[in-house]
Amino acid sequence: MLAKRIIPCLDVRDGQVVKGVRFRDHRIVGDILELAQRYRDEGADELVFYDITASPDGRSVDREWVRRVAQLLDIPFCVAGGIRSIADGEAVLNAGAEKISINSPALENPSLIDALARRFGSQCVVVGVDSETTAGGYRVHRYTGDPNRSGDSGRDTLAWVREAVDRGAGEIVLNCMSSDGVRRGYDLPQLRAVRECCPVPLVASGGAGTLQHFVDVFLQARVDAALAASVFHSGEIVVHELKQTLIGAGVEIRP
Amino acid sequence: MSAEADVVVVDSGGANLASLGFALDRLGARSMVSADPEHIAQAPRVLLPGVGAAGSIMQRLATLGLIDTLRNLHCPVLGICLGMQILCAHSEEDDTRCLGILPGTVKRFADTVGAPVPHMGWNRLRITDDDPLLRGVRPSDWFYFVHSYHLEPGLPTTLAETDYSVPFTSIVRQRNFWGVQFHPERSSAAGARVLSNFLELA
Repeated sequence: MLAKRIIPCLDVRDGQVVKGVRFRDHRIVGDILELAQRYRDEGADELVFYDITASPDGRSVDREWVRRVAQLLDIPFCVAGGIRSIADGEAVLNAGAEKISINSPALENPSLIDALARRFGSQCVVVGVDSETTAGGYRVHRYTGDPNRSGDSGRDTLAWVREAVDRGAGEIVLNCMSSDGVRRGYDLPQLRAVRECCPVPLVASGGAGTLQHFVDVFLQARVDAALAASVFHSGEIVVHELKQTLIGAGVEIRP
Repeated sequence: MSAEADVVVVDSGGANLASLGFALDRLGARSMVSADPEHIAQAPRVLLPGVGAAGSIMQRLATLGLIDTLRNLHCPVLGICLGMQILCAHSEEDDTRCLGILPGTVKRFADTVGAPVPHMGWNRLRITDDDPLLRGVRPSDWFYFVHSYHLEPGLPTTLAETDYSVPFTSIVRQRNFWGVQFHPERSSAAGARVLSNFLELA
């Protein structure tokens, strides 16, 4: 059967991998190619590279590192950040990325999802959703890479996930903002709620701190993949050991 | 020229040509990408990748005048993902008549609780027949899949099946035509093994 996926996320800024807590105070954690190779060797199923500065600054991702990563990696990887048009998507895919992920540009212009899916196929088109828990429910936030512009997009998370899938998204990455970077575990209630309305693969993001958090998110929220950054970059959790733990817990995993 | 390349990759219009090219580079193979019927007809081996939809790729192959070129190839040919599906008779995707080189029809995965569509990620093979393409490939090996349509299982041409919401054919062969539903270029060491086996076929 299909294995659940473990996806280290590399936030890229100016050609370096960085990670901030709750999206602020980014600090450099290493070189892109070096980390990509390390995670591949440790057994990562897929990688996500997210240019956290691209979308708010109105820039596109630097494609040269995409090509270098594609030459190196023999596992799939996804590029996010600054993809606003067919031409942007094509450049990244032609450089060798397996998938493209769009977030704020899809909120500004939802028909971009339709256009990308028609041109490249849904399997290439990931929609990233930054979601905050509020008294009124789950709300989608935009421009989360930029503390000065970040804010409520005016959309309900569950409605936006349904719309994104209807428009052709082939995968949803749900980043639960209140959990992100604080390592108290994935937001299981929110992920379960999104799972109910998401017929395409669902990737959990935000909150991983311990091995048990990964076990919980697969067994209790039935997500298809779990994404994390800081616990992997710091070396506190090694992908290979995580996978042994998950196999021991009865989760279908590629060792 | 194609005679000097180890393999010609058909420029089928998909966006995964780069990753396939890089995988061939890592194996030390000389590859060229071409949509020229003459290059393809003279190639020692042909890779037919495919990303997108069955209707649009068949339309592109027809526009390029490649339908008969592909059907008449006598060298080893490997279709990858959608490239494997269009070797078959018919696809439900856009109700498309395909190349008809291999038997079988391609259907959409039904929406099933617990089995999201597309089938995306790493899965294994149940090898049903021995073949040079599978030399050194073990049942414990994992391959990367991403597709919403699948070829029916249990065909006379089936070399391996994979289980999802339903079992499907994941590797086929008939004469000099092979097809794999997974992406060998994105399937780590196991995928490299399959590509390397293909490059040894003559």
